[in-house]
Amino acid sequence: MAEFAFGPDEDVVLAPGEAAQQIAGKSPWRLAGRRLARDRVALGAFALFLLIFLVCLSAPLYAHHLAHTVVFGSNLNGTTTVNGKTVQVIQQGGGKLGIGENPIGPTWHANYFIGSDTTGRDVMARVLYGGRVSLGIGIGSAAICCLFAMVLALLAGFFRGATDAVLSRVMDLIWAFPVYLLAISLATVLLSQTHPIINPASLWIPTLIIAIVYIPYVYRPVRGQVLSTREKEYVEAAVSQGASNRRLMFNEILPNILSTVIVLFPLMIATTILTESALSFLGIGVQSPHASWGTIIQDGQDLLYTRPWVAIAPGIMIVLTVLSLNVLGDGLRDALDPRAKIRAKE
Amino acid sequence: MVAFVIRRLIGLVFVLFAITVITFLIFFATPGVDPARQFAGRNPSHATVVAVRHQLGLDRPLPVQYALMMKRLFISRDLVSYGNQALEVVPAIKAATPVTLSLVIGAAVIWIVFSILVGLLAVVFKGTLIDPLLMILALIGISMPVFWLGEVANLLTQDRLHDTVRFSWVPPLGYVGFTANPWQWFLHLIIPWLTLSVLYIGFYARVLRADLLDVQNADYIRTARAKGLTPQNVLIKHMLRTSMITFVSLFGLDFAVLVGGGALLTEVVFGLPGVGLLTYHSLNGLDLPVIMATVLYGAFFIAIMSAIVDVVYARLDPRVRLS
Repeated sequence: MAEFAFGPDEDVVLAPGEAAQQIAGKSPWRLAGRRLARDRVALGAFALFLLIFLVCLSAPLYAHHLAHTVVFGSNLNGTTTVNGKTVQVIQQGGGKLGIGENPIGPTWHANYFIGSDTTGRDVMARVLYGGRVSLGIGIGSAAICCLFAMVLALLAGFFRGATDAVLSRVMDLIWAFPVYLLAISLATVLLSQTHPIINPASLWIPTLIIAIVYIPYVYRPVRGQVLSTREKEYVEAAVSQGASNRRLMFNEILPNILSTVIVLFPLMIATTILTESALSFLGIGVQSPHASWGTIIQDGQDLLYTRPWVAIAPGIMIVLTVLSLNVLGDGLRDALDPRAKIRAKE
Repeated sequence: MVAFVIRRLIGLVFVLFAITVITFLIFFATPGVDPARQFAGRNPSHATVVAVRHQLGLDRPLPVQYALMMKRLFISRDLVSYGNQALEVVPAIKAATPVTLSLVIGAAVIWIVFSILVGLLAVVFKGTLIDPLLMILALIGISMPVFWLGEVANLLTQDRLHDTVRFSWVPPLGYVGFTANPWQWFLHLIIPWLTLSVLYIGFYARVLRADLLDVQNADYIRTARAKGLTPQNVLIKHMLRTSMITFVSLFGLDFAVLVGGGALLTEVVFGLPGVGLLTYHSLNGLDLPVIMATVLYGAFFIAIMSAIVDVVYARLDPRVRLS
């Protein structure tokens, strides 16, 4: 346990280029907002993420009004119009060796923009629909994970003693499992239910599994923060005024640990999106007929050498999304905890 | 120190026991999961399911099943796969381990060398364009799904650029044992090594850079500068050595996670018959004994490695022993 000396509040720190009078009298949140508003890189990353989000959200618009192609069903005998000519979506004997079936390649038109997969579905439309699922699972599981981790950390750090011991041991156990192996075990078991309790095709299965396996990663830093915040003078002052436990937890401690969770949130979304794509790639994440970026990469594996865009396009979307979230997370950390930057400066 | 090691060992035994119990419960006690039905064929009669259940020993009480499975896994070592009764799980894992180790050790060498290089370069060129450029590259490396990167690498080296001078040496996907042909072993693994190491180069370079900038203003660094050491000397001998403490503890765990099954995606993409590929193949068939054994193998490896890391860390930094 660290010792706490009484002195000036160490939490008030200046970001590079800030003068003391500029931050005087401003709340921490306003300060963070000001710093973030000046961080062009972080704002750009946020704009990119929003753009991807909006584009994926408008998938039905694209599929129904621009492409007019098949997205979810199989379309082995379908035709489409390219440059005024009607062509088969799946061509017979069109491959390099002149045998087998060959799905149509990138047309660079609204229909089959980057070609079709082996069942004749429009990959571009699937990438957009897949984005809705990938982003939904990513954001959903990160939110569930952060929420649960925060509540558990608050309970453990506030009540300490037995509560803390039990919760922390459970977290240590989940931590001891390799993330992917735990996720794989849970996913395999839930997908293979012979008398299903949860519908195996439900998107809640990957969402909840991913949320659970990452809880310790958020729980640990937040619990540490709660433990040290609990010792602060303002908490002591609230105790001496007779504040209830609930008030102490939610009005005194929670607002002061929130910044840690906010910094972790975009980084967690980045991690959960990557994990979801990996599980879906292995065939134990998102299940057909739903698409996600991971399942499309898996669809593209067999077409890798003939129609590489099927696998490449969703990967590019993942990289852009995760990259924007990582940059945003860095910017949020710099804005909410500028000490990191001050230390890094001369 | 001895007390610390003993304390850590006792903790390790508890963690390992808990891991076996939890893994067992996940696979054999989740409601709605019935492996017997899975292996009884399509639309089995009730009698067939009961017979299969009895044959697989799934009709016994859970603690008995647990004890039997642990006995067959650790003591008699004759646990067999559900799908293929000729496949003994323990020898299969033993045979797959060298492949995984080859992959991970090679990648580790690459990522240590390059991440230190990138981290040092970023610090040396801080304030110029090179530093943010390197850090953006590192961030991109962290943001790429490894299986996708592997597919892109395959596309380029196996197909699109395979007939050019640069990549004509790349052999087809697969694995050749080191003892069989060291040169072919090296050639087969070089692309997988590079693919696997990209993420870690990015991550370690970022951590190292932050750590180096962190110690930059420490008193002992100022002293070192004041007594007239050259900048290179200060950077390598004083700053880098301190930053290595974080580096070592991170490395121990990442290495363990990869050997313990984290390299699964790389193995699948490049067709390397390691432990990860073994897990992957048993996933589709719901081959519970194999999945369970590989998960346990991974968890064991990680738990043991993390205990070793803790001990090494305590040796490097005596303050840890007290807490």
